Amino acid sequence: MRPVLTLARYVLLEALRSGLPWLGLACVVAALAAAAFVSQVAIAESRETQAAVGAALLRAGAVLIVALHVVASVAREANDKGIELLLAFPISRPAYYLGKLLGHAAAAAGLATLCALATLLWAKPADALAWWISLAAETALVATAALFFATVLSQATAAIFATLGLYLLARSFAAIQAIASGPLAEESMAAQATRWALEALGLLLPRLDAVTRAEWLLYGVATAGELWRALVESGLYIALLAAAGLFDFSRRNL
Amino acid sequence: MSRDERPASAVPSWILVLLATSLAGQVAWQAARGSAALTASDLPPAPAAGALRAASLGEPAAGARLAMIWLQGFDLRGGNVARYRELDYARLVAWLRQILATDPRSNYPLFAAARVYAEVEDAARARLVMRFVHEAYLEDPDRRWPWLAHAAFLAKHRLKDLALARRYAHDIDRLTTDASVPLWAKQMEIFILEDMNELEAARVMLGGLLASGRVRDPAERRFLEQRLQEIERRIR
Repeated sequence: MRPVLTLARYVLLEALRSGLPWLGLACVVAALAAAAFVSQVAIAESRETQAAVGAALLRAGAVLIVALHVVASVAREANDKGIELLLAFPISRPAYYLGKLLGHAAAAAGLATLCALATLLWAKPADALAWWISLAAETALVATAALFFATVLSQATAAIFATLGLYLLARSFAAIQAIASGPLAEESMAAQATRWALEALGLLLPRLDAVTRAEWLLYGVATAGELWRALVESGLYIALLAAAGLFDFSRRNL
Repeated sequence: MSRDERPASAVPSWILVLLATSLAGQVAWQAARGSAALTASDLPPAPAAGALRAASLGEPAAGARLAMIWLQGFDLRGGNVARYRELDYARLVAWLRQILATDPRSNYPLFAAARVYAEVEDAARARLVMRFVHEAYLEDPDRRWPWLAHAAFLAKHRLKDLALARRYAHDIDRLTTDASVPLWAKQMEIFILEDMNELEAARVMLGGLLASGRVRDPAERRFLEQRLQEIERRIR
């Protein structure tokens, strides 16, 4: 456990020194400015509009920053031959991977905290707390996905594309499924096969449309179960991606 | 196995257990949740066309079609017994109107309106959609006449409202100017008048059409002349 924590600490230190907090702060300022602009032109519900737009922008910004930061960090370490150096020490591969994962997840949670603090401008503390917990879980999931793809694909562009693609698919998959099963959907074999394929894919994707919703800041979390489900959703997928990443990393010849 | 990979036996067993467990957990969780389906009551109020255009990020043609694909996912609970019974048609028409305004050259909203939503069993709902088709037609008759022609057909055969059918047919004849608009569409009013027993008006219109020389196809001209003779015989 000790090597995992040590590595995680260094990953956090790297995040701090590579300007991640400043980037996060810039994201917060940009989101606040955009939300303020939108609320100025809204003729009704200006405060709610500000909260909804601001929260959505903060969420998107945090996810994007985390994905890019993790992929860039893995690519830099691979180019510097840092993996080979670290694994020359008495650190097991799983400990190395888990340390990286824990460090990136902690950095993501820090970024989520910065974003959640900004939402206190518009929302009640209890609602902002629920949003923060959910965003921390969501950004940790994105960090896990980015680490997985950056490790497996070895190409930064491909890893970023895969991470953001997975995220967007997970965000929109409920809508895609609903459209596919709409009343005008064809009854042909091809259409049926597409629906089955979508059902199968749905089993392998998290439902991120149900996580970190801006409406929580406006109307509160509907039920405690909603937040609980969001956390289980993210937790399960983090475990799955981490296991897949550990499996791949353990098999790789370095 | 490639040269860059170690055998699976090199992977610690706890990682394999974690992978299998987390995969099973993920599948079980999602299977228990089930997939979402759009229901009639979920249809939100329509946004402004400007908002739809903004949301399409400078691609209104793509945005309008994606919005249509999303919209057509709404229906109906309990099978196809009473299609769209629970759908809020006022909202539906508002959506169709805004999507059409987002990409006015798209036929998708009018196709869906005339061929899908207007064919509902409920006459009040059908009329609402047909009114939308008529209003849209007035903005661009030469492009949108097929949908109004279908609305006229529905008004005549489904709603049995010959006056409404005649109004639509009359507008098609009156407002279309493109030479590509087929004569059958411009002649619709004559046959509706015939059905309404307005034989004198039908005779005048059909006679005028034949005299105008616009009917060039010999077979068509022969058919219309026979119809004219039949109308004149009925008048006598």
